[in-house]
Amino acid sequence: MQFFLDALLWLFDPANYVPGTQSPLPIQDRIGEHLLYTALSVAAAALIALPLGFFIGHTGRGRQFVIAFTGGMRAVPTLGLLMALFLIVGSTVPFTQAAFVASIVAFVILAIPSILAGAYAGIESVSPAAVDAARAIGMTELQILFRVEIPLSLPLIIGGIRASVLQVIATAVVASYISLGGIGAIISSGIGLNDNNRILGGAILVTVLALVIDGLFALLQRLTRTRGLDRADIDLRAQPVGLVTVTGSPVDEGKSNVHS
Amino acid sequence: MFTANSRARGAIGVIAVGAVLALAGCATTDPTGPAGPSEGSGDTIKIGSFQFPESEILGNIYALALEDAGFDVETTFNIGPRQATIPALEDGSINLIPEYNGNLMFFYDTEAEARSTEEVDAALAELVPEGFQVLDSSAAEDKDAYVVTQAKAEEFGLKEIGDLKKLEPLTLGANPQFGELGYGVPGLASVYGVTKVTFKSIEDYGGPDTVKALVDDAVQVADIYTTSPDLVAQKLLVLEDPENLIAAQNVLPLLNSDIYSDKLAEVLNKISAALTTDDLIELRDRVEGTEKAQASTAAKEWLVDKGLIK
Amino acid sequence: MDWAIANRELIFSLALTHVSLCVLPIVASFVLSIPIGWLANRRPWARTLIISAGSLLYTIPSLPLFVMLPYLLGTRITDATNILVALTIYAIAMMVRSASDALAAVPADAINAATAVGYSRWGRFWRVEFPLAGPVLLAGARVVSVSTIALASVGAIIGSANLGYLFTNGKQRDFLDEILIGIVATLVIALVFDLVLVLLGRILMPWNRATRVRRTRTAVA
Repeated sequence: MQFFLDALLWLFDPANYVPGTQSPLPIQDRIGEHLLYTALSVAAAALIALPLGFFIGHTGRGRQFVIAFTGGMRAVPTLGLLMALFLIVGSTVPFTQAAFVASIVAFVILAIPSILAGAYAGIESVSPAAVDAARAIGMTELQILFRVEIPLSLPLIIGGIRASVLQVIATAVVASYISLGGIGAIISSGIGLNDNNRILGGAILVTVLALVIDGLFALLQRLTRTRGLDRADIDLRAQPVGLVTVTGSPVDEGKSNVHS
Repeated sequence: MFTANSRARGAIGVIAVGAVLALAGCATTDPTGPAGPSEGSGDTIKIGSFQFPESEILGNIYALALEDAGFDVETTFNIGPRQATIPALEDGSINLIPEYNGNLMFFYDTEAEARSTEEVDAALAELVPEGFQVLDSSAAEDKDAYVVTQAKAEEFGLKEIGDLKKLEPLTLGANPQFGELGYGVPGLASVYGVTKVTFKSIEDYGGPDTVKALVDDAVQVADIYTTSPDLVAQKLLVLEDPENLIAAQNVLPLLNSDIYSDKLAEVLNKISAALTTDDLIELRDRVEGTEKAQASTAAKEWLVDKGLIK
Repeated sequence: MDWAIANRELIFSLALTHVSLCVLPIVASFVLSIPIGWLANRRPWARTLIISAGSLLYTIPSLPLFVMLPYLLGTRITDATNILVALTIYAIAMMVRSASDALAAVPADAINAATAVGYSRWGRFWRVEFPLAGPVLLAGARVVSVSTIALASVGAIIGSANLGYLFTNGKQRDFLDEILIGIVATLVIALVFDLVLVLLGRILMPWNRATRVRRTRTAVA
């Protein structure tokens, strides 16, 4: 326990926040990097996965693909993906950019499945009656998508984004081993110097960061819930598990792929 | 309502789970190391290594030779840097590791003054704590070095470490410890007067990342070890060290005195006597260069070649 | 690939270690999550508590947890226990939610009917609720299995001798083939585990082999 207390003291020591100090300090630079890479990757992944998920959810085509894809991607070892990309990218790109490019590509690849699953499951979960009604009053398919389906499925869509954000935050810690920076650099420098404060401080820091961001997303999900809908059966946190068909064999879109 | 079928099914389920658990149980007798026979009674030699290929090769050399001599050997390679391996030695996870005399000396005494092999060996004999000991050091050396590209050396006329002043302000790339080591960034400032240095931490101990950073000019000088095959392959230059900032780094075994025996010492000392710096360069080239041989394969063939095992 | 064949012993031994690291978490999570999930279903406050605790643990990033555990457990640095415990924590956190959902999804009618017929609470659980929750439990177990196998390789960074070694070693030597083979091996193991689970499901729940009903949306004419 003493270790953790010391680490907490280290985390709150202003000396570690002085700009211009030697890598991996100052702490705020590493936090900033970490969040930046996460935001960039998830945004890029969303750009790809959201339209795709909406399309599949709305038209019902490609369902099997989504299930197979998200399931398959869960099996990919992130460390392997990261290292492989780093070597591939590294052969053509200069060193500093190589770490960045390889990591972002890896993060995007890892973020896509959750966002895709969230978007798809969200759209799919909208009551067919509502969609039919919208069609009946003359909305075009696109209008149905944007005015009916998406608003109703926001919690699940956000749930998918939430899962992928956490996934990327976790993987970005590992990326410090290809010199990406981020909070992982604090931990690995701690391991290198046998400095318990850095090791535990970095670990605690990124854990707290993950928890806070998770909480913010949960709040967001709650806020975007459509009032008046009986959504007690939709599990916000663990988007898409639990959708059971008539025969009892589950449509396994998979649990949020939070970890590598 | 429920026929015997459900009971049979239940039985199958239980047996299946039991079988799986048994399998897990069998396999978990040695989850921390590849190879090696099961934990023997008496003195099992538990060999560790640092987390870079050369150390893994040396660890394999020790392991194979000791196995051949009849010892019970377990291996736990790629533990991490010295800051992880020394605690592993202290808590008994390992009891033997191939070390480098200079850096080990600095680990115990950051102010140590010894530089030549003899001086370092003598200093080390005093510094190694109670319960541990080192055996004979080898002629084989793998030193830290301040390395620049030959192109840059020609462009700026760089020959020795002090010449780095011509490159100031510069970025230096090295493993995390280098920023604090006596012969690292602080030593660079105090002994050679090169002070405007930004330190970039690269995790791979002079491996491909460090080399790439140097070649791409992301860093202007890097700590790359003297046995690296990339020194030749990438046209790099080791800066000379007239002030003897960097101490000798001969390979030698560090062990827990509990496992000491004359036979053990004999095997390890024979290895140290036979090993040369050129051997290290060649072994690393086999493992890290184009051949990509496995560390254990390269180690075994070296031992056979030198007549140390059959 | 030639390298794979030449080094099959190494790959096999790493794979074996990998498997041995994963089996316990997967089995333990399944076994433990059923009573925990059942508890969660009994009272709403228990459900919130348990699911929240699970979510919290699940959110902890993997490498930091591997790194923090020696301090918490007092284990040695190189101890495989650290990774085993971490994997088990994640597995249980994942599975508890599945188990709770699965048991909650059992139709109230079936439970009422069972009580009406005279089952004790214990008998009702084992003979009615558990079998009906089976498919969703199995789905959850499959997810846990795959995720655990993928996650275990991160342990190689702190020295665990599992398939993750092929990733760190491959990067150290600039050797892409080794990394790719490691990825393939991990995927193969995940596939094998998945097939085993599916097979177990088929054997233990033969009533589930009915054809699936496709949920498609048809426009109302």
